[in-house]
Amino acid sequence: MSIIPNWLHRLSSPKNFYRFAGIASNWCGWIALVLIIAGLYYGLVDSPPDYQQGDSARIMYVHVPAAWMSMFVYVVMASSAAVGMIWRIKASSAFANASAPVGAMFTALALLTGMLWGKPMWGTYWVWDARLTSELILLFLYLGYMALNSAIEDRETAARATAILALVGVVNIPIIHYSVEWWNTLHQGATVTKLDKPSIHISMLIPLLLMAFAFKFYYLSNVFRRARCELLEREQGKLWVRELVGGERGE
Amino acid sequence: MSEAKLGVAFFTLLRRDLMLAYRHRAQMMNPLLFFVIVVSLFPLGLDPEPELLHTIAPGVIWVAALLAAMLSLDTMFRSDFEDGSLEQLLLTPHPLPLLVLAKILAHWLVSGLPLLLLAPLLGMLLNLGSEGLFPLLATLLLGTPILSLIGSIGVALTVGLRGGGVLLSLLILPLFIPVLIFAAAAVGNAEAGIDITGQLAFLGSLLAAAFALAPLATAAALRISLN
Repeated sequence: MSIIPNWLHRLSSPKNFYRFAGIASNWCGWIALVLIIAGLYYGLVDSPPDYQQGDSARIMYVHVPAAWMSMFVYVVMASSAAVGMIWRIKASSAFANASAPVGAMFTALALLTGMLWGKPMWGTYWVWDARLTSELILLFLYLGYMALNSAIEDRETAARATAILALVGVVNIPIIHYSVEWWNTLHQGATVTKLDKPSIHISMLIPLLLMAFAFKFYYLSNVFRRARCELLEREQGKLWVRELVGGERGE
Repeated sequence: MSEAKLGVAFFTLLRRDLMLAYRHRAQMMNPLLFFVIVVSLFPLGLDPEPELLHTIAPGVIWVAALLAAMLSLDTMFRSDFEDGSLEQLLLTPHPLPLLVLAKILAHWLVSGLPLLLLAPLLGMLLNLGSEGLFPLLATLLLGTPILSLIGSIGVALTVGLRGGGVLLSLLILPLFIPVLIFAAAAVGNAEAGIDITGQLAFLGSLLAAAFALAPLATAAALRISLN
């Protein structure tokens, strides 16, 4: 008896995954679009402005989901890279590699929106606050993963090497996070970041959650599409790819 | 494999690496010279005011130690990879993580330990007080083995690659951040008369974790890099 169910086993073959990812990418893309429109409407138009920060608090509807995604994607990337390395599942490695640029983009987006918000609110684009710093380090980890991935030519070797790097990163992320937090509390007293925020009101929570789910579906849609490209590239000599390409050319 | 034979293999490898380093003394000195030069650049670039130097001394010495470790790490597996002895190492019946540990230990003895000898001198250059000297040595003693251990994972991943050196620093430097934070904070706090056992305990536990996990990751990475 295998611990992997049969349907999952069938899905993990590159050919079946390619087909599944195509369908899933489209569905996730449409769901993300609907959620983004709804979330932006409720966030930008229908929700009340913050009583302290006014309209500039609305950047939260992009900033907070992006920051959540930046950590979520790293964990997903590391787990699927590990699955790909342990069971030698190509689709899983492709999914991990496809996740890296998307995760890096979410991290950069979280940093960028945070800076744009910080200028009018804190009076500066950047402070060496614990959260900002660990987010910046997370971006470095993503960039290192992508650099290693592109430096190794053989795709199989690259997949396994990056999996090890991602796992080392996962072990280190909590350590880095807490050390940065401690460093910050050691060096600074109460900073501007310690705004005593009231617990969030339901009219703000709904658009925030809508945007969070929208970002998740956008991520899935984007990653499935990237993973398809990666699988085609990796399997270019295989029969199913040749049949696929030949079929589309009408040969 | 009997216990004794594994011990023999471990110490043979350790002795061989130390011997190789001793025969290339000039090469071994270069990262240390780099360490001294980087530290002495800071007073030139900043203000040579004793107060300022006193404040930045722990951070500057530690950042320079990180960079010097990066430079010396690059050679950890390189020559073995080029002449094929790394492959022979993989083929021995002994557990690879332990053999890797011997190489890491040799690397630390050659590149980490001398930093401890140079550090008091650099502390004087940067006007570090006498209260900060012992903590500086203690953090270097606990911290530099962590650099060798974590660094070995990065070296193993990049050993066969062109331009591996720059890539190595990209992969490894973010992972060194906790060591830098705790070590520099410990020295700074000792200067200010604050208790530093917390930071030292943290560095010690980081060392224990790295000692247990890093050789396994390095061994796995070496097997991947050499296919």
